[in-house]
Amino acid sequence: MPALKVDSLAKTFTLRKPFFGAARPGVRAIRPMSFQVEPGETLGVVGESGCGKSTLARMLVGLLEPSGGKIEIEGKALDAADPAEFGKLIQYVFQDPNSSLNPRKTIRQVMEAPLKQLHKMPKPDRNRRISEIFASVNLRDEFLDRYPHEFSGGQAQRIGIARALAANPQIIILDEPVSALDVSVQAQVLNLLADLKAEFGLTYLFITHDLAVVEAVSDRIIVLYFGAVVEIGKAEYIFANPRHPYTKLLADSAPVVGRPLKAPEQKGAELPDPLNPPQGCAFAGRCPRATDLCRVREPELKPMGEDQLAACHHPLEG
Amino acid sequence: MGSYILKRLISAIPVLFGITIIVFLIMSLIPGDPATAILGSYATPENVEKLNRDLGLDKPMAQRYLIWLGNMLTGDFGRSFSLNRPVLDEIIERFNATLILAGTSFVLCSILGILAGVISAARQYGLADKAITFVVLFGISVPSFFLGMMMILAFAVNLRWLPVSGMYAIYGGGDLPDLINHLIMPALALAAVATGVIARLSRSAMLEVLRQDYIRTARAKGVPERRVIMGHALRVAMVSIIPVLGIQAGFVLSGAVYIEIVFQWPGVGRMLVDAILKRDLLLVQGGVVFVAACYVLFNIAVDVAQSLLDPRIKT
Amino acid sequence: MSSFFRLLFRNHLAAIGAVVIAAILLLVLITPLLPLHDPDVTATADRFKRPFSDGHLLGTDHLGRDLLSRLLYGTRLSLAVGVVAALIAASIGSAIGIIAGYFGGHVDNIIMRGVDMLMAFPYILLALAIVAALGPGLLNALIAVAAVNIPFFARNIRGITVGLASREFIDAARLAGMGHTRIILTELLPNVLPVIIIAMSTTVGWMILETAGLSFLGLGSQPPQADLGSMLGEARSAMISHPTTSIVPGIMIFLIVMSINLLGDGVRDALDPRLRSGALSRPRATTLVDRQGDISAPTDDLLAIQDLHTQFHVGRRIYRAVGGVSLAVKPGECLGVIGESGSGKSVTALSAMGLVASPPGVITGGAVRFKGEDLIGAPYETLRQKRGDRVAYIFQDPLSTLHPLYRIGQQLAEAIQSHHQISRAEAHSRAIQLLQDVRIPNAESRVGNYPHEMSGGMRQRVGIAMALANEPDVIIADEPTTALDVTVQAQILSLLDDLRRDRGLAIIFITHDFGVVAQLCDRIAVMYAGRIVEEGPTRAVLDAPAHPYTGRLIACVPELGGGRRALAAIPGLPPAVDDLPVGCAFAPRCDKAQDKCRTGEVALQGAASHAVRCHFPEEAV
Repeated sequence: MPALKVDSLAKTFTLRKPFFGAARPGVRAIRPMSFQVEPGETLGVVGESGCGKSTLARMLVGLLEPSGGKIEIEGKALDAADPAEFGKLIQYVFQDPNSSLNPRKTIRQVMEAPLKQLHKMPKPDRNRRISEIFASVNLRDEFLDRYPHEFSGGQAQRIGIARALAANPQIIILDEPVSALDVSVQAQVLNLLADLKAEFGLTYLFITHDLAVVEAVSDRIIVLYFGAVVEIGKAEYIFANPRHPYTKLLADSAPVVGRPLKAPEQKGAELPDPLNPPQGCAFAGRCPRATDLCRVREPELKPMGEDQLAACHHPLEG
Repeated sequence: MGSYILKRLISAIPVLFGITIIVFLIMSLIPGDPATAILGSYATPENVEKLNRDLGLDKPMAQRYLIWLGNMLTGDFGRSFSLNRPVLDEIIERFNATLILAGTSFVLCSILGILAGVISAARQYGLADKAITFVVLFGISVPSFFLGMMMILAFAVNLRWLPVSGMYAIYGGGDLPDLINHLIMPALALAAVATGVIARLSRSAMLEVLRQDYIRTARAKGVPERRVIMGHALRVAMVSIIPVLGIQAGFVLSGAVYIEIVFQWPGVGRMLVDAILKRDLLLVQGGVVFVAACYVLFNIAVDVAQSLLDPRIKT
Repeated sequence: MSSFFRLLFRNHLAAIGAVVIAAILLLVLITPLLPLHDPDVTATADRFKRPFSDGHLLGTDHLGRDLLSRLLYGTRLSLAVGVVAALIAASIGSAIGIIAGYFGGHVDNIIMRGVDMLMAFPYILLALAIVAALGPGLLNALIAVAAVNIPFFARNIRGITVGLASREFIDAARLAGMGHTRIILTELLPNVLPVIIIAMSTTVGWMILETAGLSFLGLGSQPPQADLGSMLGEARSAMISHPTTSIVPGIMIFLIVMSINLLGDGVRDALDPRLRSGALSRPRATTLVDRQGDISAPTDDLLAIQDLHTQFHVGRRIYRAVGGVSLAVKPGECLGVIGESGSGKSVTALSAMGLVASPPGVITGGAVRFKGEDLIGAPYETLRQKRGDRVAYIFQDPLSTLHPLYRIGQQLAEAIQSHHQISRAEAHSRAIQLLQDVRIPNAESRVGNYPHEMSGGMRQRVGIAMALANEPDVIIADEPTTALDVTVQAQILSLLDDLRRDRGLAIIFITHDFGVVAQLCDRIAVMYAGRIVEEGPTRAVLDAPAHPYTGRLIACVPELGGGRRALAAIPGLPPAVDDLPVGCAFAPRCDKAQDKCRTGEVALQGAASHAVRCHFPEEAV
């Protein structure tokens, strides 16, 4: 049984009806998408700004109501978008560690909330549990009575991770957990996440825009473009052998030491207008391989080679 | 542009309705028999009966509101019992005088306030900044009615430079210099508070803008400092100053009530206070709706000015 | 709390305000205990007695009542009414604002429509209407003043709440299983409370003024009871003959309102963390210079930064952001400066043309030489003529660095016209040419766009076009691609590379990304804690880093194609630059550090081509 199963999950943001004229169709932030995450797996989700990765993450933890589709955690469907219901099963680590901690609460208060609210744990048990968790994220107990502004970004992110662990979830959604950190601290946090996963048998959904980071931490990777999955594949293959031209463009664009500087082939860099999405493949406008078919029919996700799926009419040779 | 103005005008319609509803609801707070309360001691049985008929006071509230609204839309604001003339005629006459006073004050406080704020910000912590801050603090702390009284004592009674009160001299006045002569003191007294508020706000808006990255960009381009301040910075600061000008126009209009009393200016504010004291509630009701409606229209003009300045506002 | 009062009273004006208002409060609190005349007993025989006359310290009014007694009782009443009105308005208004802001959507829409309606009235009309309906009287005046101020609080607090409600800690609280009521009370309210207090402290004076105003009009307190406003109102008729009776209550109102305003400003400054750090200071046109020590002789470099020291003076703390940095570029050369945040790389770049915000920035030593001419401490006009003309900048976030209200064509034209006398039409066509140079499609129509109408990549192209406008000799690019998506970054980098080769530009490129420097730069300098720790040809430094920090920094950055792996993290944190360790700043995190590293300066050693600041380098240089 998969740890997390997403079936035709979609989100359309409705627009306010203009004063004159008819109602507009709304912005499709997430087109219906399906995927699953196996227990103990790290699934990387990668995409550029505007691809819908944060919208997806917020739906998965119940902070945002999907406009269609199903979310199943360990075979149990979660219907109503209720963070309290989701919270025991799936937790969230935020991008900006400082913004995710209430500046006027001590770390102990922050840590106690999930234990008290989600697990109704009595006080002595809570204190013991908090100490355990703090030990596993390598933070000292004396930090508990301090306020968030006293911590560096890396420490605050450890606290954010500790809070997610306190709810004792099976799955953790990591939404750009290291983007706000300096590179030397980034590695510390990534290694900590790997240790915790082994220790607690966690399943991760790791969202980022950084290809090198996602490749270093994931088992499988999903590539998003304009609210849709364009490719899924094993982390070690997907950027080396991309089937979708967008994945290739991403891989070629990443600055790599030793590779000469040359802008990869593409016709423009503009995303389609979300208010006025194109027919057919959303990437067609930037794609060197696009044909008339691409501009008419939206490609479906099809298996291509071993463990790899891509949504493209004219995939690259594997 | 035209479509934006049209859109704002259309969006003002619900606000105007809202204003009438609020005034209507407030007036329905009047304790006891409304007709007698509205007519007060000037009531004769015939008048009470006529008012009951005109306003449909025996009918349900919603219906009463519609009758009242219908009357107003046809220009019938009722009849003032204390003055024995149609409410609307009186209001228009008085509003004219208020407009002269408040309009002059508004222009004064806008120009002086923005100027003081910009100088203050550009010379932060300098002598000019300190002096302006001190004057501004005085301006926003002194009650305008007290300031007016002190000005009368100083400039009219002791120095005899300016007339004590009124809008025109009783004998031989009536021309523009006479009006200006009478206008100087009340306009200045009225502008004092708003000048202070606008100056403070302009100062902080300018300081906020001067810290922005695009100011650094302008300096990195080698744009002369004067142009950085008066062009780049002030232009963005105006985006937050202009809405405050709209709000301050309301405060100037409000302050005019006190100033009109102190200087016996024949404006709408003095009319309202007199009407309240005489319990001439139809006059109050009509005056409030009329002035509020004018203020709404003025604010549309402010919004349009704002949209001309800031292309990020969808037109 | 104690730090709040310390901050408050550091502001002398606020302290004066606090003392005055405290004195007035004390006086009115003990008023009933003082041996005063009854404030309401009339004695027409004693009317209009002068101040300091027998038994009447301030004299008497038109009915012979003791003015001092009436003043104190009136002040009591005015203060009480004003404060109660402020409390009512603040609690109701804030509650409305929090609810509207937290729930958003339809709740917000309906509530705020109502608030907007109320705000469509000039406030006094609403107050007059309420008093007209309820009848004159002090209580009704209080209700009117409180009611007209509710929308102010509602709108203000809603704005703050909307900002807070979208913060991630609210989401985190929901995920921790907290309900709406609990979130509002324990997560939102503690954060909104300072704003409510600020709003109250800045408006309570105003509300005292408003109630006094209504009383002045005869609509507030009714005779014989008097507050300050009605005292002034009653005295007005005798103002010309007996001005004292007017001046006394008038000055009292003024004193109260002014001291509350002073105190309120102090409270606001003390509670607003943005103001606390002195952030609202206006940056000067050029960075302050307070140079100590000697400066080096000119070199034949195009742009040379020599032993630059830049500090930030915040309160008593001194942050040594740049502690002796020397860099130089020759024509056509691209130098990469790499480091983590806080390493001083951006401050170094901004110091070159005196663009470090000042206050708090101060350049305390060294020289910046353009073709041998020292620019540190040069007159403003000299510096201005170089800025954008000979040395141009490209900044990080193209949305915040372009002026939001000018068309990009105007901004480009202005860059040229600040240095060259050319006609408007000429500048316009030059702007179009520049847009074409940076490969913006449809340049003729794009030239009329505002920055917000363009995508991030297009905006950064405009930023580059602006830097090229006067064909400068040097471009300083401060993380120009950090805010961009990776596919856009690739395009911008290759554009920059082409431009520099075509035009022989010298570039100083600031970044934290090794991949980027490796592709673009001829030489790199690695910065740590405000100093250069290693400098050399790009290939040499990346292939064989000499400084332990360089080596470990490269190792802890994952690189595409490396596969799944554990990363070699550097333990610990970079040091704070207001508390730098003695000796090598990296020593506390370095596994090779010895006692020698923790004492005394470590000099930059090695050849001019490849130098390292380390006693025990990994590679011989």
